[in-house]
Amino acid sequence: MLNIKILGSGCANCKRLEQIARTVVEDMRVEADVVKVTEYPDIMAYGITSTPGLVINEKVMSFGRIPTPAEVTTWVTDALQAA
Amino acid sequence: MQLNPTQTPLQKNPDLRSWALVALAAIVWIILYNLIQPFADWLAYGLLALPQDSHLGESLAFFFYDVPKLFLLLSGMIFVISLLQTFINTQKVRTMVEKRGEGIGNLMAAAFGAITPFCSCSSVPLFIGFVQAGIPLGVTFSFLITSPLMNEVAFVMLIGLFGWKIAGLYLLSGVTIGIVSGLILGRLKLERYVEGFVYDIKPRANIDLKLEEKLTWAERISRSWDSTKEIVGKVFWFVIIGIGIGAFIHGYVPQDALTGIMGKSAWWSVPASVLVGIPLYSNAAGVIPIVSALLDKGASLGTVLAFMMSVVGLSLPEVIILRRVLKPQLIAIFIGVIAVAIILTGYLFNLVM
Repeated sequence: MLNIKILGSGCANCKRLEQIARTVVEDMRVEADVVKVTEYPDIMAYGITSTPGLVINEKVMSFGRIPTPAEVTTWVTDALQAA
Repeated sequence: MQLNPTQTPLQKNPDLRSWALVALAAIVWIILYNLIQPFADWLAYGLLALPQDSHLGESLAFFFYDVPKLFLLLSGMIFVISLLQTFINTQKVRTMVEKRGEGIGNLMAAAFGAITPFCSCSSVPLFIGFVQAGIPLGVTFSFLITSPLMNEVAFVMLIGLFGWKIAGLYLLSGVTIGIVSGLILGRLKLERYVEGFVYDIKPRANIDLKLEEKLTWAERISRSWDSTKEIVGKVFWFVIIGIGIGAFIHGYVPQDALTGIMGKSAWWSVPASVLVGIPLYSNAAGVIPIVSALLDKGASLGTVLAFMMSVVGLSLPEVIILRRVLKPQLIAIFIGVIAVAIILTGYLFNLVM
């Protein structure tokens, strides 16, 4: 099971990223736990300099922008293969 | 390598294709830009048959001219600025600022703040990142001050309505305010007023962070286009309403009506307009057309710029964002120092212009 984290304090972009992540895992029929991380101490622990951030299995995949669904699909595929 | 005869070079190379689209858009942009004035005149005086010197005619011609002009300028220039922003790597900037002390560090942080938009998405994480890296608080503040004070929409609107010179002065004075205020705040030993958790954040040991992202031109262009659509979409109604009010002032308010209260001779007008501007919150897109019309009616440039900066740069939403990392005392000092800096800038402009 994949562990996906959305890092962000609740701004509009963070919500859009969460939506994309949820749609991707649903479309791929992947079992995943999508969690929002909204507190700055927890967000900043990942070393990012801008939000929203996308973390898959504790690996920061992107930050400071909203990745496309295609990018997220690739990352989820990679993570599944690595696991 | 086998070449596919049905594919043109454009189809094979996404970078080339993106650039071709940009070039095409640029040509259309230039043609449209040159059609605005005849179109606005035709609409107001031809189609609507308004008399040339009527109040309504002047207002509408102003409106029909400024609305398309500003939207063209906004979409074109925000695209270029967004494209430049794809080259800024926040991690690298932090390392660069870290190496410098105060002074040069303040200058770099202020310049960096000017090109990054202020939002909870980037400003707070960057603030925490700066503090974590051990960058002096004064330098960090130079960034935190210019970030909301300077924004790309305001810059483009100033170019469109006031010209390059004023837009340049706005940029220069904003960065100067950031540097000077940062240097002053750095002397005040304010570390204890930063929320404690900022100092306690420990990065995880097992972080796997891709520091470098290699982007192709096609990706840069498509991202810039997306952010242009988003930014221009967000300010759309502000621009329309702002220009609407500006157009009304332009056509109906008598010449020199504001000389007495917003002119150079009224010494109190600069601090008064800053004080009025702090609680007022509007997008730069809505304020600038209005202040531009005020300028025509006898308000002086320094007063008008000071008002604009305090409306755009100091606001309640900003305080709410800053409250996540700063204690109330520091927010009060922060606003006080910026307000004084804006007032001084206003006086300076009134003095020299």
